[in-house]
Amino acid sequence: MAPPTNRRPGFSKRAQYSIFASYLLGISGAIIGLLLLLVSFIDPLGFSALRTIGAETMAPVSRTLSNIGGATGSAGGEISAYFNAASKNAALQREVEQNRIEILEARALRQENERLKRLLKLDEEVPDSIAMARLISSTASSSRRIATLGVGSSSGLEIGQPVRSPEGLVGRILETGPTTARVLLVSDGKNVTPVQRASDSLPAFATGRGDGTVDIQPINIGTNPFKGGDLLITSGSGGLYSPGIPVAVVIRKTETGAIGRVLANPAKVSHAIVQPIFQAETVRQIDRDAVIGAEEETDE
Amino acid sequence: MPRSRQSRIGRQPSQLRIKLIPPVTVVIASMITALPIITDYPILPPLGLLVILAWRLIRPGYWPVWAGFPLGLVDDIFSGQPFGSAVFLWSVVFILLEAIDRKAVSRDYWQDWLIASVAIIFVLIGGMLIVDFQSNILRLDLLLPQILLSILLYPFLARLIGAIDNWRVAS
Repeated sequence: MAPPTNRRPGFSKRAQYSIFASYLLGISGAIIGLLLLLVSFIDPLGFSALRTIGAETMAPVSRTLSNIGGATGSAGGEISAYFNAASKNAALQREVEQNRIEILEARALRQENERLKRLLKLDEEVPDSIAMARLISSTASSSRRIATLGVGSSSGLEIGQPVRSPEGLVGRILETGPTTARVLLVSDGKNVTPVQRASDSLPAFATGRGDGTVDIQPINIGTNPFKGGDLLITSGSGGLYSPGIPVAVVIRKTETGAIGRVLANPAKVSHAIVQPIFQAETVRQIDRDAVIGAEEETDE
Repeated sequence: MPRSRQSRIGRQPSQLRIKLIPPVTVVIASMITALPIITDYPILPPLGLLVILAWRLIRPGYWPVWAGFPLGLVDDIFSGQPFGSAVFLWSVVFILLEAIDRKAVSRDYWQDWLIASVAIIFVLIGGMLIVDFQSNILRLDLLLPQILLSILLYPFLARLIGAIDNWRVAS
């Protein structure tokens, strides 16, 4: 490579000043960056308008490509599926037989459940889904775990609504644009999901770790009853997620809790379903209380 | 089909092309993260950063010291990092590169790669710590695959940018 041109200023005062000025501009750029960071920590949604514009402009391209290519994460799985095809086929057939029996049992249970709910007059009028769409992109190069969904506020999406797939909970809506929405995934470090163990409804919190796993902390500190293979489902506390959505499976015990793998891997999720907030009234009340609390604090 | 009968000697490429190609390629590279690449893990190399580093090291005279600010701003829109993180980190990288340029007489290809690698590691780790310092300081090993992939990808991107640069200045 050619050596860079001689940029030493020598004794010319003018050249020295212009170098000084260019450094000054560079440093002020860095300082403005720090100020922007400060603003985005105080108000995380402050720059959402800019991000929404970015997502909306790229949405047509992303949407088309995601329709053509499907989920990128499944490519490796599809190739490896060719190996051991025969033994897998046999195993799958056995599984199908078993599933058929279990489906019949589940159908019977559901009928009984409906009958009991009618008896209790507990028939909640919560629609199952507001919208269904593909995840069209994600923050693949950042350590935040945020994905973009191909529908937005024009389809009735609101901030806070849970997003799930048939496999389990994907996350919740963080920001909405007209035709796109940003989803904070369960595995993001800033996402805390109230969960419970499916077998005995032991309550716990699942906090994302940024790599497809969650850190599970039981609410009763001191005991650590988790073991590998425990299924965790949403508990419904907090009113955001409706109870019973699968979240994660425990893969490893830690000193104070456990590490769980998120069931709905966003790379493999083909369609995501946006659900209404489980108890919108409760969530709104909590927000209102928080605002009132903040006002009281400032008054004091 | 002959494009023109004029002599090509002494023809100047359009100033617009010379001025605009580098920032435009950086912006396009920053936008790649908005394509349907969905991962559960930070693995995609920060392409905007790699392209701007390649340009900066190939054409040291083109870039003003403050160039990290506007292009970092664009990268922040798409990357999902807290707003201002690339603005800050890219500005710091540009200031340091400027200081290196003023000290060193000349650099060879390997030194370029080394400088780019250090800059990539700095920006990726800095970006992760900006997101959440307390819990992420213990989990920096998470970035190892992304850092390795980015460092290995850099020479290929530098080649590509070199080719684009040849086209940019050719008449």
